[in-house]
Amino acid sequence: MKKFRNLQCRECGRRFPAEAVYVCEYCFGPLEVIYDYGSIDISRDSILEGPLSLWRYKPLLPVHTDSPVTIGEGLTPLLRAGNLEKELGLKELYIKNDSVNPTFSFKDRVVTVAVSRARELGFDTVACASTGNLACSVAAYGKKAGLKTVVFIPADLEKGKVLGAGIYQPRLVGVRGDYDQVNRLCGELAGTFKWGFVNVNLRPYYAEGSKTLGFEVAEQLGFRAPRQVVVPMASGSLLTKIYKGLKEFEELGIIEEAGTRFFGAQASGADPIAEAVRKDEDIIRPVKVKTIAKSLAIGNPADGYYAWDVIKKSGGYAASVTDDEIVEGIKLLASTEGVFTETAGGVTVGVLKKLVENGKIDPELSVVIYITGNGLKTQEAVEKSVSKIEEIEPSLKSFKESCPWAV
Amino acid sequence: MIKVKIPQPLRNLTDGKDEVSLEGNEIGEILLELEKKYPGIKERLRDEEGKLRRFINIFVNGDDIRHLEGEATPVEERDEVSILPAIAGG
Repeated sequence: MKKFRNLQCRECGRRFPAEAVYVCEYCFGPLEVIYDYGSIDISRDSILEGPLSLWRYKPLLPVHTDSPVTIGEGLTPLLRAGNLEKELGLKELYIKNDSVNPTFSFKDRVVTVAVSRARELGFDTVACASTGNLACSVAAYGKKAGLKTVVFIPADLEKGKVLGAGIYQPRLVGVRGDYDQVNRLCGELAGTFKWGFVNVNLRPYYAEGSKTLGFEVAEQLGFRAPRQVVVPMASGSLLTKIYKGLKEFEELGIIEEAGTRFFGAQASGADPIAEAVRKDEDIIRPVKVKTIAKSLAIGNPADGYYAWDVIKKSGGYAASVTDDEIVEGIKLLASTEGVFTETAGGVTVGVLKKLVENGKIDPELSVVIYITGNGLKTQEAVEKSVSKIEEIEPSLKSFKESCPWAV
Repeated sequence: MIKVKIPQPLRNLTDGKDEVSLEGNEIGEILLELEKKYPGIKERLRDEEGKLRRFINIFVNGDDIRHLEGEATPVEERDEVSILPAIAGG
């Protein structure tokens, strides 16, 4: 018995064979993998005995192969954030540090699944539209899989991300336009070339990889769900999939139901989901994006409605932060917990701070914040915010003269 | 005539054409023409109440009509209209 056979539209419920399909052909709604949970065998023991990567959750991931394309992604640290707890007045705060994946972002979770599925479906080329992190990941996993690899990015991307993708020697196409335009172009290309675009025609499989951020945090907390989570949002997919991951664990009896509250973090200037939550409207109005958090800069989010729904029904909230607050968030996390995150992490920390200050987050209950990318990729954002070099001669005298703070 | 780009999932209704030319002065008229010329397309674009489905996005020269005047957005010769799905992350 196969654990999945079909994809289903989240809007109209129509079913499609589990192939590479580009949104619901009927209403353009997003497609989701439908599992036969009755045939899935997974338990705390089977997880603990599994590989030291996210493939320990393979029964709940949409691939059949026994040899997925892996570079050791997942099982990233869950850190107790004692200093930041004190700073913000929280009782129990954890950082899920996903900036230490093989290509330094959470995208390795979705790409390991998508590229494994691409190979299973017989594609000889994998591709993606990316704001940077996905580019790095697809380049690495495409090469590891021995597939031809084509990566589309906005031509003006941060240097760290261009380098982080280019080093794997993919075809790197810089599109003169913003990410929305790059993504739309790839939608066109997916209809023309027989390539596996991980976040276009392989998106139903790809997105499932994000569930592992729910599974892992629960496992690392001793098989219990956190009471509150703060998740960065671009398309909104990650937040909905963390929710789905926790729900699956609850329904399979791996954890007890905890009623986790979901808090969404966006950057001002790219915050259509947070805006809808703030206004308590169930309409998500597309915006023209402007933010230094390029990895979150989506004006017309594909999973926005579902993210909104999870936030509302879980009793959570959403907020957004300005460019300055993003930089402050990056500095705060680095200087209290020793974790250097990219702009998206700055958004998450900034929003955490805001939601604690305005009372939306309960300081007595556990909180997990998801840090999804590495600071070395967006150096431009913090160039002016790092310690200045105090240059001295190589002598004790010069040190004492130049550095009077040394006691 | 206004050029309308047809996304891949709708091309089985437009005889495989990725672009069609239609007459009209505003988006609503263009859509009406499209629906008349290619039966079946209306149900794809609109819900039971006749509203555009929430995952259908219509752009005029790269701008979402929700930023403009919705279906009353005027169009003229050489404008390019496209129908597109929402954007997934990356």
